[in-house]
Amino acid sequence: MNAPEALGTGTLDRIRGALGDHLLACSRKSAQRVYIDIPPDYLGEASALMFDEIGARLQIVTGVDTAAGIEVLYHWALDREGCVVTFRTVVDRAEPVLDSIAGVCPAAEWIEREIWELLGVDFRGHPDLRHLLLDDHWPQGDYPLRRGKEGAP
Amino acid sequence: MTKRTIVPIGPYHALQEEPEFFKLHVEGETVVHLDIELGYNHRGIEKLSESKTFEETVFLVERICGICSTSHPLACVQAVEDAGGIAVPERALFIRSTVGELERIHSHLLWLGLAGHFVGFNTLWMWAWRFREEVLNILELITGNRNHYGMMKPGGVRRDIRDGDIPAILDLLARLRDPLAMFRDAVLEDPLVHARTRGVGVLTRERAMAYGALGPTARASGYDIDVRRDHPHAAYGLVEWDVVTRPNGDVFDKAVVRILEMFESLRIIEQCVRQLKTVRGPVDSNPPCIPPGEGIGQYEAPRGEVFHYVRSDGGNRPVRHKVRAPSYMNVPTNRETVVGSTIADATLILAAVDPCYCCTERMAVALASPGGERLWGAGELIRMSQEKTWRLMEETGWRGPAPPEF
Repeated sequence: MNAPEALGTGTLDRIRGALGDHLLACSRKSAQRVYIDIPPDYLGEASALMFDEIGARLQIVTGVDTAAGIEVLYHWALDREGCVVTFRTVVDRAEPVLDSIAGVCPAAEWIEREIWELLGVDFRGHPDLRHLLLDDHWPQGDYPLRRGKEGAP
Repeated sequence: MTKRTIVPIGPYHALQEEPEFFKLHVEGETVVHLDIELGYNHRGIEKLSESKTFEETVFLVERICGICSTSHPLACVQAVEDAGGIAVPERALFIRSTVGELERIHSHLLWLGLAGHFVGFNTLWMWAWRFREEVLNILELITGNRNHYGMMKPGGVRRDIRDGDIPAILDLLARLRDPLAMFRDAVLEDPLVHARTRGVGVLTRERAMAYGALGPTARASGYDIDVRRDHPHAAYGLVEWDVVTRPNGDVFDKAVVRILEMFESLRIIEQCVRQLKTVRGPVDSNPPCIPPGEGIGQYEAPRGEVFHYVRSDGGNRPVRHKVRAPSYMNVPTNRETVVGSTIADATLILAAVDPCYCCTERMAVALASPGGERLWGAGELIRMSQEKTWRLMEETGWRGPAPPEF
């Protein structure tokens, strides 16, 4: 068995150092899980850091509508270290806008379309922002994963 | 200048459960662009999950996919366990890996059969599905079901494997080795399979990484990732096995990775089942509640990593449950691999990522000539692919391997 190394403080320190003042909070839930809060306007740089320099794999992006705003979580897998680093950024519910990272990492293209249609987050600079799962004629401004939407019985 | 036409494949296929719509932009016989549309089967499971308790959610995600019906539950319970810091008894870990690997073998045999059918190699199809039944028999013996096993729960598994069943399981496993070796040789040594799949639909390592490709699709491109090794869970850190990779990224290497992986799965299952003789104890830690927090669960499904994220507010239901299946990352790679191929090869390339293949119910060929619209069914598409193989048979004189003896 070639077991992966635990996330060396090396990689985490590198990420912390590169983020500098843009790191709002960092919590290490366990040896395999790290959560880092960043401001929305630093998302592009942070993603380029993870994809180009650290060589992380974008697993997926999760959008969560909360009372404080819409949380968007970027899950990056560090496969050599056996760790998942999640970047968390919160955008305003009234005007949720983020920079698209599809240009940095094509893996984000579909999930940004999905979060756009299900949660109403606009991704600036997305190459092809149109419906992915919902019908093309889905009513504008109706976001199924927003809080207060009727759930299943 | 060659006229560009759009060949729509899908979205519905009477035999498959996941509709998907591929628009092939072609010039003459050559594919120049691919547009993929999905959403025909969107069931709102993430939203639905918010109305289920953590235990019920496992049954819900089991219905996401009929083939990966233990991969989603396993990733889901691991996400819940990660959120709640829940320990799992060691015996349950071995049972989890046993069921997971049996699922991998039956899924790969299913794919191998379909791939054989698409290239006009129907003997392979019949044999692959015949021996898939043996795997389903083992699963039925262990779980009570051929599919939808209902085995996973937060904190462990729902059913133990009885000591009395272990000899029968090992016997059934031992009888799978020869057929798997036959499949390996049938693919590795068949000149027609080589002719149809070598150098076809190549995905480079660099593009696989950019698209976040997963599972055999990634490993066939030399992208050495496997969450069973990289992010240890279940019993994968407790047994001996190897990750299979291949360098070329074509359809052939994707097939080879899947075939060789089945041997690794056999190794894993045999070790796990033998461990059950000595690793005793409960199979469920019965967690009382899930504290507030968030958790991530990963499992290497047959097609690649399944990813689940759950968030708990301390109640008995998730307030958010994100699910990402491997095909979500693998299907977009078709945009790289199908361009430049012929229509006859496109079916094969689209099927090579094993996308729970779904989509060739009919295709409409809108000819440029006035009133020239024709409909092609799945039958014609498969026929075109098969005819290419038969043409090659004529040219090479090779008639395929001799029938196996058992």
